[in-house]
Amino acid sequence: MSFSFPILPDGHLLAIEGLEPPHIGALLDLAESYALLNRQGKTQRDLLKGRTLINLFFEDSTRTRTSFELAGKRLGADVINMSVSTSSVNKGETLIDTATTLNAMHCDLLVIRHAQSGAPALLSQKVSASVINAGDGTHEHPTQALLDALTIRRRKGRLEGLTVAICGDVLHSRVARSNIHLLTAMNCRVRLIGPPTLIPAEAARLGVEVFHDMKAGLAGADVVMMLRLQRERMTGGLVPSSREFFRFYGLDAEKLAWAKPDAIVMHPGPMNRGIEIDSAIADDPERSVIGEQVEMGVACRMAVLDVLARDLRRNV
Amino acid sequence: MSEVFFAGVRLLDPATGLDATGDLLVRDGLILDHGTGLGRPDGVEVIDAGGLCLAPGLIDLRAAIGEPGAEHRETIASAAFAASAGGITTLCALPDTDPALDDPALVQFVLRRGEATGCITLLPYGAATKHCEGKEIAEYGLLKAAGAIAFTDGRRAIGNARTMRLALSYARAFGSFVVQHPEEPSLAAGGAATEGELATRLGLPGIPAAAESMLVQRDIALARLTGGHVHFAHVSTAAALALIRAAKADGLAVTCDTAPPYFDLNETAIGDWRSYAKLSPPLRPEADREAVVAALADGTIDAIASDHQPRDADDKRLPFAQAEAGGAGLATLLGVTLARVHGGDLPLLQALALLTARPAALLDLPGGRLAKGAPADLVLFDLERGWQVKAGQLPGKAQNSPFDGRALEGRVVGTWKAGRRVFG
Repeated sequence: MSFSFPILPDGHLLAIEGLEPPHIGALLDLAESYALLNRQGKTQRDLLKGRTLINLFFEDSTRTRTSFELAGKRLGADVINMSVSTSSVNKGETLIDTATTLNAMHCDLLVIRHAQSGAPALLSQKVSASVINAGDGTHEHPTQALLDALTIRRRKGRLEGLTVAICGDVLHSRVARSNIHLLTAMNCRVRLIGPPTLIPAEAARLGVEVFHDMKAGLAGADVVMMLRLQRERMTGGLVPSSREFFRFYGLDAEKLAWAKPDAIVMHPGPMNRGIEIDSAIADDPERSVIGEQVEMGVACRMAVLDVLARDLRRNV
Repeated sequence: MSEVFFAGVRLLDPATGLDATGDLLVRDGLILDHGTGLGRPDGVEVIDAGGLCLAPGLIDLRAAIGEPGAEHRETIASAAFAASAGGITTLCALPDTDPALDDPALVQFVLRRGEATGCITLLPYGAATKHCEGKEIAEYGLLKAAGAIAFTDGRRAIGNARTMRLALSYARAFGSFVVQHPEEPSLAAGGAATEGELATRLGLPGIPAAAESMLVQRDIALARLTGGHVHFAHVSTAAALALIRAAKADGLAVTCDTAPPYFDLNETAIGDWRSYAKLSPPLRPEADREAVVAALADGTIDAIASDHQPRDADDKRLPFAQAEAGGAGLATLLGVTLARVHGGDLPLLQALALLTARPAALLDLPGGRLAKGAPADLVLFDLERGWQVKAGQLPGKAQNSPFDGRALEGRVVGTWKAGRRVFG
């Protein structure tokens, strides 16, 4: 697949916000083709041959790191995982020092996850590698939004005009922010559902509708996207208890019945079963596309690596 | 006997409303006379600065200095140099140093270090509470006798209402006042930017504007209760300014200042994660900036302070929420204020009054005016000369200017402290 315009013009993928619909569409098309190749068991190991991809994770992650690792390896990159121990994490000095180290190692593609919003952007100013944001604080998680969009598009045949309900802890969710930017750019109707304490200030100005009631929010929804409620939010007093949260905002069969009959259920993982999602829903093959999300994750990350590597080749 | 003769300058004295071309003669550190047709004594040093503006040296109501305790950020000597380059001749130093200025000996130490610079009058605040911890009030009587000008915990709010009540009440015994950082600590904790759409987009924890206005409201009530004088530092929101305006109309002893970032920048300056624009209080939306400009124009705001907070690269080259808040402000105080004059929001004399006569009145200082017998603390500046703020090339140690890259019109040409040229 070739493109007549640069897909990621600044040579990094730091955020969905700022990407234009044609760029998003092109990334999804490319990812779709990788999804097909992956299912056929074919690889393209020459594409990133000789390139070094470093997974730099300042926060624990199994799913995202593995997904990037697999994507890099399927394209032939040398993949190195660097986990920065959680005890010494969040020291900014480490971040700048790490940039110096990575430059010395001649890393080509740098995948970074960090607990601080803006950390990948800061790093991108200091390293020579292409930087891919694999989740920064409560800011963005762009590849998650791409894989969610691809999953929706494959299931629903389109994005435009769909009603997508994003439910739960939107306040702390980088997944929600990236999805809001991507889905509104692609002309979906996006709704946020959650208690007011978990909805960020002036969220409606992001082009979404805000609901505090699941029944009203889910009515007519094509896609129900659940977010992970992190346990520390409970101790922060933003919601009084997990049982109350599940009663009013947890997804079970009764609440799902308020959405469209063919609505699909998504979750970025890892799930808190019984807190934001009932197991019967999460494991229902008719409704849940959680497994497909993981599959599309690898394909989308291959597409992102491919696009950034094209720029690397141009710059040689 | 040393004499300096300024020939044919535009004399600007906000205290009297003087704005006229004339001469000014300095003798032995004092202003001897000014006006037209002054006799030029023999052997006098002549500053022939036709067309340039001569005004009282600026009185900066609020600046943090790294000394004692954080000399890697700024020392009293480096701050004095930067202040002189900015036309500042009197600098009020915040007490939330390490150790905090809660002991008379420490106040005297800072005074002596200031004198040793020879280029500014350094006036320390005393700590409002011991160790600036917001719990027990400090020794206001002893601190004032040692030279403290007023009392504050610097960039820390006095969050406990009872402590603030006691501080306002007790300060009355010594004819002094308490300066508050108006931000409700429990609402502001962990915040990195003004709460709103931009903070939501960036995924940054927000500080609501209400954190400022509610502490202002509380302290106005405490001023009413105690009869004490509260001064609010770096006021940044329309809501707080409305409360202060009303309290003044009620005749309460309430005063306030703001700082250049709050009338020159808005929250969008933190876009692209610019940690140099991370300040405390945070930069606000445009509507608040406009309200600050309006409050400068209508007199609600008593002074413009630099709110200088020196930070080094290690403080700032961090992910935004982890970066230290605070901006360098000494060298840009006059230039950014003059931008509001060029922008048509403030008449020149009124803008200068906010930097000279009005803070002088608040602190009961002899300077801040071009009067016969007043100290010859003077700033000579070119109202039209353009320059660009460049972090890395600012005078002094602190380079963390939120105005990095800003083009300004109006530049200090020379500064005199007690008749001695200290800059230019």
